[in-house]
Amino acid sequence: MDLNTLWFILIAVLYIGFFVLEGFDFGVGMLLPFLGRDDTQRRVIINTIGPHWDGNEVWLITAGGATFAAFPHWYATMFSGFYQALFLLLVGLILRGVAFEFRSKIEDPRWRKLWDWAIFTGSLLSALLLGVAFANLMRGLPIDASMTYTGGFWYLLNPYGLVGGLATVAVFLLHGAIFLSLKASDEVAGRAQAVSGRLWAVALVLFAALTVYTYLETDILLVLGVNPGVVPIAALAALLLAGYFVRRVSDGWAFAMTTLVIVFTLVTVFTFMYPRVMISTTNPDWSLTIYNASSSEYTLRVMSIVALIFVPIMLGYQIWSYRVFRKRLTAEPEKLEY
Amino acid sequence: MDALLLARLQFAATTIYHFFFVPLTLGLSVLVAIMETVYVRTGQEVYKRMTKFWGKLFLINFAMGVVTGIVLEFQFGMNWSEYSRFVGDIFGAPLAIEALLAFFLESTFLGVWIFGWDKLSKGMHAAAIWLVAIGANVSALWILIANSFMQQPVGFTFNEVTGRAEMTDFFALIFNPNIWVQFPHTVLAGLTTAAFFIMGISAYHFLKKRNEDFFRRSFQIAAILGTIAIFLVILGGHSQAQHLAEIQPMKVAAGEALWYSEDPASFSLLTIGDLEQRNDVFSIRVPGLLSLMTYNQLQGEVKGIYDLQAEYEAQYGPGDYIPPVALTYWSFRAMVGAGFALLALAAYALFGVMGDMPKFSQRGLKLFVWAIGLPYLANTAGWLMTEVGRMPWAVYGLLKVEDAVSPTVSSGTLLFSLIGFVLIYGLLMGADIFLLTKYAKAGPDDGKDEIAPEMEPSLLGEQG
Repeated sequence: MDLNTLWFILIAVLYIGFFVLEGFDFGVGMLLPFLGRDDTQRRVIINTIGPHWDGNEVWLITAGGATFAAFPHWYATMFSGFYQALFLLLVGLILRGVAFEFRSKIEDPRWRKLWDWAIFTGSLLSALLLGVAFANLMRGLPIDASMTYTGGFWYLLNPYGLVGGLATVAVFLLHGAIFLSLKASDEVAGRAQAVSGRLWAVALVLFAALTVYTYLETDILLVLGVNPGVVPIAALAALLLAGYFVRRVSDGWAFAMTTLVIVFTLVTVFTFMYPRVMISTTNPDWSLTIYNASSSEYTLRVMSIVALIFVPIMLGYQIWSYRVFRKRLTAEPEKLEY
Repeated sequence: MDALLLARLQFAATTIYHFFFVPLTLGLSVLVAIMETVYVRTGQEVYKRMTKFWGKLFLINFAMGVVTGIVLEFQFGMNWSEYSRFVGDIFGAPLAIEALLAFFLESTFLGVWIFGWDKLSKGMHAAAIWLVAIGANVSALWILIANSFMQQPVGFTFNEVTGRAEMTDFFALIFNPNIWVQFPHTVLAGLTTAAFFIMGISAYHFLKKRNEDFFRRSFQIAAILGTIAIFLVILGGHSQAQHLAEIQPMKVAAGEALWYSEDPASFSLLTIGDLEQRNDVFSIRVPGLLSLMTYNQLQGEVKGIYDLQAEYEAQYGPGDYIPPVALTYWSFRAMVGAGFALLALAAYALFGVMGDMPKFSQRGLKLFVWAIGLPYLANTAGWLMTEVGRMPWAVYGLLKVEDAVSPTVSSGTLLFSLIGFVLIYGLLMGADIFLLTKYAKAGPDDGKDEIAPEMEPSLLGEQG
């Protein structure tokens, strides 16, 4: 395996980790105004992701940094090309991040409502835009011979992109609801369980729609063939099983399933794209690939050694931190830090 | 408006906002970790209360540092795509490493620290905040390695075929001579910011005669560490300036408004210049002092702006190699002026805490409250000086700023995002300062003091 492929895989892993982990953060954030009926319940909801959200967000920052280091042309074309979308994503992340810290610092219900709204909007906006972005990566973009994206902002909001965005929101909502069933205080968890069934149905419809649409809008048939392989089918199977486990009120298994939905879907996305990183609809020869968009071999080698040492360490302490906070929360305001 | 100018304004604005919050994070994480360590070692409850009080202020500030930082990582790609293409090999690596090593560490363990009081042993919990402090300061190291490359490109080669710079020596990159002068200076500035933050808020409470034991202990830790920090900041700054005289003489010349080379070179106390004509209108200079500062002796040529301009035109081709002199000159003065004022105050603070009956006058205490802002002035001015003084270069001698900007982002889009960021940041900064002020003024939660007030020597002297 060459270093370019290795780094393609590593960046995929970083994006997958981000989607799995911030997926439930965004889901919880979007559910906040609906599942939290009083102030304490809302605080409980926020506190379920309180210890984790910042460490989860770093997966995105690392993915961006790794893209910059390993594939500078991909980083340059994508980040400058998706300028307005990224600006909005940043606004969403900024509002959400500050809101977590500021929200409960003042007793005034208007202050708290304002920041709850910021968490909701920030989470929704982020989830939607990330889905739109990845759908567009799948579909391809107008990119010219000088690796410049020529499409503009509104191009990204094509129907396929929007369906991708909505499907992402739906899956994250389900993922977040199941997370709350596991972690939140009893009343909130109960409400989360009750709503999971409906969220699952919506997620299934949108996921199916996205799948069908993908066959129409992208060259996935050409690339993966009539039989797309185990992974995409497993993604759908995991989503069906998630519904089954939600019904059975087996929240742990349900959460494992929604996690797999996200993992397998993204593996499919990256497998489909390989070795391209940005598909050009203008001319396939102008697509960015892991070869024409990459850093020198020396940089890839240095980065590989650094990653080899530090990724396992990071995984170790992140997993440990989840273990520290594995217990379900109780609705006792004095014990809530946020 | 010109797209390049807007892009530069946006980068300046977002970076200044970010570096408004970061130094306090860098320094306060360390000071809070020290307080918690004292608590773990001695078991004295007051240190736990100090950890929680200063820790709460730390957290309010930390959130702003994080969110303003994400913007910067994205902004290289968004607004400076040509820069990213050109130096991505070399610049991208420290950024990625910063995230992988430092951001993961500080974010994960901060979550553990905030929420883990009842879930971890005292030692483990204290270790968590130390890891946050280490994470924060290590992230400063890696971003400064990246910036050092911009100031002094090392460990690379220019690939004629691809038209890009490529890394050839990772160790040369991370042991860039510039990092040795830049990193300590920055990290110690963070410690200084945190120390004066604590001293100022403590002084406020001395004025109100509340929780005096609590704040006396806080003030003491801050005064000792702050004095050491500001002293080393100035020393480090001096080394950095001497280094800059070698690698970026134009920045030094601009910082001094030294139009023509001088030997021995004079130091400007005050210069009012004509920007159009690029000469002095009025100047008070100390003869020989600049040579002394640069070469540790009263002679030695310091190159002037016009001579360097001629040199660079010969070396790099026609163009304007003179950075904005007024901005470079005044930001340098502001930074150094604030720095020396802080040194004087630190000495006063140290003098005040030593001995059995430390006393400050009421005016002295008010001075400490106002001095909270001085490090912020110095931090901002310092970055302005070092970045603006490097103009027109994005990477010194290698890539000009005008060649670094994203060609596809229109000035309309830039105006929108610039205004957007400034507005949102402004609102959030308002909320942040509001919260910090509220919680700083409120003091530690229970408001209890261990020793009865009348038995405790007041830091407010009789004349107060």
